[in-house]
Amino acid sequence: MPNVQIEPPHSDLPREKFEQLSSYIDSLDTARGALIEILHKAQDLFGYLPRDVQLFVARKIGIPAAEVFGVVTFYSYFTTSPKGKHTISVCMGTACFVKGSDEIFQAFKEKLNINSQETTKDGLFTLNNVRCIGACGLAPVVMVDEKVYGKVTLEDVEHIINTYRKEDSI
Amino acid sequence: MKIDSIHTLEKLKEKSFKKVYLRNPNEAIYDDQKDILVCGGTGCIASDSNQLIKNLNLILKARGYDHKVNIIKTGCFGFCEQGPIVKIQPDNIFYVKVVPKDAKDIIDQHIIGGHQVERLLYKNPTNEERIHKHKDIPFYKKQLRIALRNCGRVNPEDIYEYVAFSGYEALGKALAKSPEEVIDLIKKSGLRGRGGGGFPTGLKWQLTRESEGDIKYIICNADEGDPGAFMDRSILEGDPHSIIEAMIIGGYAIGANHGIIYIRAEYPLAVERLNISIKQARELGLLGENIFNSNFNFEINIKYGAGAFVCGEETALINSVEGRRGEPSNKPPYPAQEGYWSRPTCVNNVETFANIPPIILNGPDWFSSIGTKESKGTKVFALAGKINNIGLVEVPMGTTLREIIYDVGGGIHKGHKFKAVQTGGPSGGVITEKDLDTPIDYEHLAEIGSMMGSGGMIVMDETNCMVNISKFYMEFIMDESCGRCTPCRVGTKRMHEYLQKITNGEATMENLDNLEQLAYMIKDGSLCGLGQTAPNPILSTLKYFSDEYISHIKDKVCPTKECKELSTPKNREVQI
Repeated sequence: MPNVQIEPPHSDLPREKFEQLSSYIDSLDTARGALIEILHKAQDLFGYLPRDVQLFVARKIGIPAAEVFGVVTFYSYFTTSPKGKHTISVCMGTACFVKGSDEIFQAFKEKLNINSQETTKDGLFTLNNVRCIGACGLAPVVMVDEKVYGKVTLEDVEHIINTYRKEDSI
Repeated sequence: MKIDSIHTLEKLKEKSFKKVYLRNPNEAIYDDQKDILVCGGTGCIASDSNQLIKNLNLILKARGYDHKVNIIKTGCFGFCEQGPIVKIQPDNIFYVKVVPKDAKDIIDQHIIGGHQVERLLYKNPTNEERIHKHKDIPFYKKQLRIALRNCGRVNPEDIYEYVAFSGYEALGKALAKSPEEVIDLIKKSGLRGRGGGGFPTGLKWQLTRESEGDIKYIICNADEGDPGAFMDRSILEGDPHSIIEAMIIGGYAIGANHGIIYIRAEYPLAVERLNISIKQARELGLLGENIFNSNFNFEINIKYGAGAFVCGEETALINSVEGRRGEPSNKPPYPAQEGYWSRPTCVNNVETFANIPPIILNGPDWFSSIGTKESKGTKVFALAGKINNIGLVEVPMGTTLREIIYDVGGGIHKGHKFKAVQTGGPSGGVITEKDLDTPIDYEHLAEIGSMMGSGGMIVMDETNCMVNISKFYMEFIMDESCGRCTPCRVGTKRMHEYLQKITNGEATMENLDNLEQLAYMIKDGSLCGLGQTAPNPILSTLKYFSDEYISHIKDKVCPTKECKELSTPKNREVQI
């Protein structure tokens, strides 16, 4: 696509990441129809899609920021707030639900004292409920970052949290 | 090397056959070579099958057996409950629940010592006997694997293994025919869309072919959104080349030179394997220009979804592929007339595509001999919930639910009682004991108030509260409603509120009447399939389990005690 130079906004976000995003967009044949790919790339780089990043993308490819915001908020994969060091995803697919994943989710909420999509104050954990990660044979399933825990019981909840807390304190 | 004719493909197949001959049941094997197949599906990887493969390799090397034994990481075997799965060929021995430290016993006892590792064999839950051979396990006995034919058989990252099992032969055959002949063949086979709609695939191809336009597109819908269904993911992970081959055939038939795979970003392994396969196919000249010297050109791109259930609907999917919010559009015009960038577009589901090469190879009569009058072939179901054998099963259409649940699925978990089975995911309905002998096909499932859907099959026992289940589905639909039309956007929220009231013990009988009325209104008034089917879980549970609703409302009691608010001491006192 034609090389449009947009100055990164003055914010706390790292400038070099804006430059990386900018050259990624420049490398595309066309930005037409590529908004979702660009947002995937942006979220890979920044970890989330704050207002400044959305504005930057909109100006760079020449579409209204409202359109970018509309797409970001439409898809559950995109997030507008930063994530904690570890993301705990409790599977809420039907197979896990009938095996009691809502209770597991509730236990995580209580133990971490946060709601779904929120991050703990110490920035260590973000809690998510996800739709089916396709490991129904292991239901109920909890995923911490890339690691999958299968057949999780209420007793395991504290243990899982402590594993990552300990790891972090070392 | 480029494959430019059926002849070079056959030569390559012969050459590649060495790689897989141990896995061919018709071969008499006299040497001491072995293949160890390890499941590399998402479920088994979650249970450490990657580490298991590493250990097997290390020990083989240490024992000096690495030239006699191949370790192959395959796609999903389907028997996820028993994962990780290891299969030894040509012995046909099937080991279950294998953990990394079992690698030593498998190599030392089985491969070197020649004795099977008893403790790793599958134990038949009915008589506690160990079953040795893969083919004797009840879970596999009633299955007929067409779409899943290569899952658990080939290394999905190796195109030569696919070729050795007749891969790309169907493409060669199809390109030797006229596009009309190919369409005719698919029409004759009776194949219908496996994504849930059940629209005849051949007819869809014909409509797109007949639409005017010099540029057309074929899209593979791999945005599997039904929670609890994972057959598309398993096919893409276990046999990606079959999808690529089928898309090229479909492209040729409808007159498209460009294919797009629209896949969930949440499926990283499937994406990786697709990318590998596309690259391999390009290197052999199976993608690109002048495929099989036929003057036909075809390319495939991957586009990522970002998590939206409604994108399974084809017009919503096309909007999303174009980089916009995945909201459905009014039909007509149908995608076959005006789809991706307003060009004629054909959207088919992964499982539908997986059926195409076998149909071309074995002929339409073979395919239409399987199944029922209106529904031909097989269907893959993701069996999950309160059932013993959780996993992916593929059975001929017309198999009864009872056979799937009790013979293939091994019955209800921990000796509990069967209560209901939900098919069709959040858009389907529950089926109870009295309909268990219904033969499964598109028509029969609709008759008993459910639907085929993408093939999720969730079994529930007497400890599951049906009001809670329909609240669960409604919460899902409410989250996933795209907001375009009012009945679905507002209506699903209102229905969820009613269900919340009922499970909290705050509802009146009038609320229940309103809920039912609202359900019919949303069914009639919504724009796309998501809204039109959204009330199904409520309507079907109301039909079969109205007493449970009434007990929540009148007695303030949840019969299964699943609804917490109705089993607290405060409410119990009220009841006394």
